[in-house]
Amino acid sequence: MPRVSFEHIVKKFGALTVLDDLDLTVESGDFLVLLGPSGCGKTTLLNLLAGLADVTSGRIMIGTRDVTDLDPKDRRLAMVFQSYALYPTKTVRGNLRFGLSASKLPREEIDKRIAWAADMLQIGPLMDRRPAQLSGGQRQRVAIGRALVKHADVLLFDEPLSNLDAKLRTEMRMEIKKLHEELGPTVVYVTHDQIEAMTMATRIAIMNGGKIEQFGTPDDVYERPANLFVAGFIGSPSMNLLPATAEDGGRARLADGSLIDLTAYAFDAAPSPGAALVAGLRPEHFTLAAPAEAACRLDLPVRHIERTGSDALLSLAFADRRITVRVTPTDAAHLRTGDRVAVAFPKDRLNLFDARSGRRI
Amino acid sequence: MTVSASPAPAVLFPRPSKRIRGRSIAVLVFLAMAALFFSVPLYVLVVTSFKTMDQIREGAIFSLPEVWTFDAWRYAWDEACSGLTCEGLKRGFVNSLEILFPSLIASIAISAVTGYALALWSVRWAGGFLFLLFLCAFVPFQIIMYPLIVITVNMGVYGTIWAVAFIHTVLAMPVLTLIFRNYYKDIPPEIIKAAIMDSGSFWRIFVEIILPMSGNILIVVLIMQITSIWNDYLIGVTFGGLGAQPMTVNLANMVTVTTGTVSYNVNMAAALQTAIPPLAIYFVLGKFFVQGIAAGAVKG
Repeated sequence: MPRVSFEHIVKKFGALTVLDDLDLTVESGDFLVLLGPSGCGKTTLLNLLAGLADVTSGRIMIGTRDVTDLDPKDRRLAMVFQSYALYPTKTVRGNLRFGLSASKLPREEIDKRIAWAADMLQIGPLMDRRPAQLSGGQRQRVAIGRALVKHADVLLFDEPLSNLDAKLRTEMRMEIKKLHEELGPTVVYVTHDQIEAMTMATRIAIMNGGKIEQFGTPDDVYERPANLFVAGFIGSPSMNLLPATAEDGGRARLADGSLIDLTAYAFDAAPSPGAALVAGLRPEHFTLAAPAEAACRLDLPVRHIERTGSDALLSLAFADRRITVRVTPTDAAHLRTGDRVAVAFPKDRLNLFDARSGRRI
Repeated sequence: MTVSASPAPAVLFPRPSKRIRGRSIAVLVFLAMAALFFSVPLYVLVVTSFKTMDQIREGAIFSLPEVWTFDAWRYAWDEACSGLTCEGLKRGFVNSLEILFPSLIASIAISAVTGYALALWSVRWAGGFLFLLFLCAFVPFQIIMYPLIVITVNMGVYGTIWAVAFIHTVLAMPVLTLIFRNYYKDIPPEIIKAAIMDSGSFWRIFVEIILPMSGNILIVVLIMQITSIWNDYLIGVTFGGLGAQPMTVNLANMVTVTTGTVSYNVNMAAALQTAIPPLAIYFVLGKFFVQGIAAGAVKG
C-alpha cells in the first residue's frame, strides 16, 4: 500500500485561495481523517487527490508516482461519495461492474471480484435490484462495494455516513473500520463529525481556513491540542478556555483572582511572569472530590444543569463567563440551580496556550 | 413499549356532499365553449370529407353524409393535382417522412451530446457558448433565410430532401441543446464524478449512464420535433424546390390552386391526412410527454 503525499499544494478558485501551500503525508496503510468545519478545504483537498479538480500549483504523490496531472481513472484510487452516487438505471451488479469499466480486466476476474465484494458487504441478495429499491444503508454498502471491487491502493471517503440515521451510522462506522483492518488500504476520509474521526482514524488532520491546524493521532489531538482552534474544536462539550496571567513561582492567576498551580505542567517554553495565557480545562476532567494534586479549586454557583442520561453537564458561573463541568447523574441529582459547588481540576490534565499566538506552550 | 389500543370511534363524521358552485359553473361553461370552438370545425371537416360533392352543394354543412364514401380520401391520396403533377398527397407524405427521419435523428443526437458535454464536463467558454445558443434560439428564421439558401446552393443540396432536413436540424439545435443541457444539469454532480473515476470515457458514460436516464426528456423532444418538422411549411416551400416538397406544401398547392369547382370533400380529406401523423404521435406518446415535462431532476 502506498503512502500519499501532498507537497506545497495551492488551490485557488478565481481570486479565492482555498488551500495555501499545504503539505501533508499519509503513511502507507494509515486511516487519515480530514476533519474541520464547513468550508475549511477538506473536500477540496480530497477532490484534488481524486483528480476531480486541478491543483493551482504543487504536487501530489501516490507512492512513487506523481499523479498531479493524471486522469482520475488512472490514479488507481476509489471513492465513496456522501450521496452514494449510484447509477440509478443500473442494477447493483451493474453498478459494481461499471466500477471496473476502465480496468480492462478479463470477464472471469470481474465476476470474481463482484462476488467477493458482494460477500464481504453482505449485499448478495440485492445484486439484481436497482438503487431506488434499496434503503439508505444498503445503498451505502453498494457504494463501498463499487469502490472495493477496484482493489485500489487508496480509498477515499467523502462524508459517507452523513446521510444515514444515528444507529446505521454507528454500524457502518464499525464496518468501515473492520474493512480497513482486514484489507489494509491507505484511507483518506473526510468528515465534520468528530466522533467518526476519533473512532476510526489512525491519524487526524484538523483543518481550518485552508490550513492544517494539527496532524496527529486521535489521542494526540485530544490530549495535547496544538492550538486554541483545535482545543475548541475537538471535544463535546468543548474545552473550557479561560484567560489567565502567568505569575512567579509556577502559578497563573485566573480572571476571578484564583490561582492555578502549573508546577506539574510540561512546558514547551515556560512563560515569563505577566504573560497572557489561556488555560484549557476539559469538562470531564473536573472532579467534585478534591484530588491531592489539584491545579486549582473553584467554588462556583450552578447556573444550569443538563442531563444527557449517561452523565450530567453543569454550567457554572465563573467571572463573566460559564464553565462546563461533566459529572455523574448521581452527583447532579441533589444539585439545584443556584447551589454552590466546589470543583477541582487535576494538575496533569492542564492545557496551556499563549493568548496572543494561540499556540500550545 | 405498548400502547393500549383504543377502540375505533363509532361515530363517522358525515362529509357534506359536494355541490356544484357558481365558480365551477363559470369554469365549466368556459371549458364547454372552448371545446365547441375546436370541435365544431373539426366535426365539419370530418363529415365533409366523407360526403359526395352532390350533397355538399346542398349547403347543409352540419348534416351527416347520406352515403359514407371514401372516394374523396382516395382521390386526395392518389390523384389530386398539386401544381402540375397529379399524384395526390402520397408524394408529399413520402417526402415528409424522408425529411423527418434524418433531421430528427441528427438534431436530437447532436444536441443531446452537446447538452451533456456542456452540463457535466468542464468545457472552456461554456458560459459564453450557452449565451450564444440562447441568442440563436431567438433569431427569426426569415432573417437568415436568404444566407441559408446560398449556403445550401453552395453545398449542392438545394432543392432536395437533404436541404430541408439540414435546415430543420440546424434551426432546432440551439433550443434542443439548451433543453438537454438544463435537463442534464439536474443530474447529481456526484454521479458524474463517480463515473469519471470509474470509467473516465466521455462516450461510455454518455451511453451507459446518461442516456438511460434521459427517457423522459427524449420523449418530450421527440414529440416537439416530430410536430414542428411535420407541420412546417416555410422551410419546406423555401428549400424543397419542386421535387422535395413536404406534405404541407403539397396540401397548400392542392387547396389553393384549383381548376373548376372547389372539391371541398377532397380538400378536407387531404387536410385530415396531413394532420393525422402528429395527432397519432400525440395519442401514442402523450402520456409520456406529460410525465417528461413534470419530471425534473433525476433521483439517484
